[in-house]
Amino acid sequence: MPNDRVAVVGDKNAISAFKALGADVYGVKQASEAEGIIKKLARDYSVIFVTEDIARAEEELIARYKSRPYPAVIPIPTAAGSDGYGMAAIGKNVEKAIGSSIVLDEE
Amino acid sequence: MARINVNPTRMEMRALKGRLKTAVRGHKLLKDKTDETIRRFMEFVRLNKKLRKEIESEVSAALRSFVAAGAASTPAEIAEAVGVPVKKLKLKSGEENIMSVRVPKIEIEEEENEEIFPYSFASTSSELDASVKSLRAVMVKLIKLAEVEKTCAMLADEIEKTRRRVNALEYVMIPDYEETIKYISMKLDENERANTIRLMKVKQMLDEGKN
Repeated sequence: MPNDRVAVVGDKNAISAFKALGADVYGVKQASEAEGIIKKLARDYSVIFVTEDIARAEEELIARYKSRPYPAVIPIPTAAGSDGYGMAAIGKNVEKAIGSSIVLDEE
Repeated sequence: MARINVNPTRMEMRALKGRLKTAVRGHKLLKDKTDETIRRFMEFVRLNKKLRKEIESEVSAALRSFVAAGAASTPAEIAEAVGVPVKKLKLKSGEENIMSVRVPKIEIEEEENEEIFPYSFASTSSELDASVKSLRAVMVKLIKLAEVEKTCAMLADEIEKTRRRVNALEYVMIPDYEETIKYISMKLDENERANTIRLMKVKQMLDEGKN
């Protein structure tokens, strides 16, 4: 069962700010290191925020957690801004469900 | 469509008719389920899109200001300042049932103390204060985003699955049953006719023998 905690995985410099909020921060230097860390975190944490560059690299692994309620692995932008990965993921979900990625009306 | 390989008997036909009825009812139910799930899904996707848009700018702004704050003091100072949080971030994670999909329901557990800065103000810059404060505000949204995005992903999965079932019923199972039932009823009719003819023939032969 999830332990009601939040983990953040990403480049150490960028995300150590989350530490101040009481989230558990796991810094990785390269995307390849992230695999083991995410696997381990997935066993305990409710929510895992992953920076977009790593989410992109570990797409396959993250897709595995899609069908379970926990953990929620969510891509977040870095200090450099978003590269559109998170938005693309939403589009992919829509495509999967509806059959084509339709443009949603903005309110 | 392929006919199911069964004996053309009345009993088989009766059983098949029952199965056809179940399949048709299941098809209708599943179709209704997809429709409703899609409706719910669209609501979540809209919310998801809105939240993500907000977050993408807010998180990167907050992180940028944190990096800027880092530039103003030494890395060691920053590490010391944020290293020990006031309180661990605690969530209330439950589950919710949306169209029989178990989706997460996550909330930030309310904290008693309002204090959000894990450091004293003496050794740190005001940029750091601002960045921590904005990040704190964004965290609430991030958790909400986590919940919504996960729900979206799971609903999308479920919709795909249900749609596949609906299609299998609509285009494979139901036509198969219908064809098989038709085949059996035709075969039975054929037997009936053959039987009648046979009886007529026998009667004719008997009549001929009498004369």
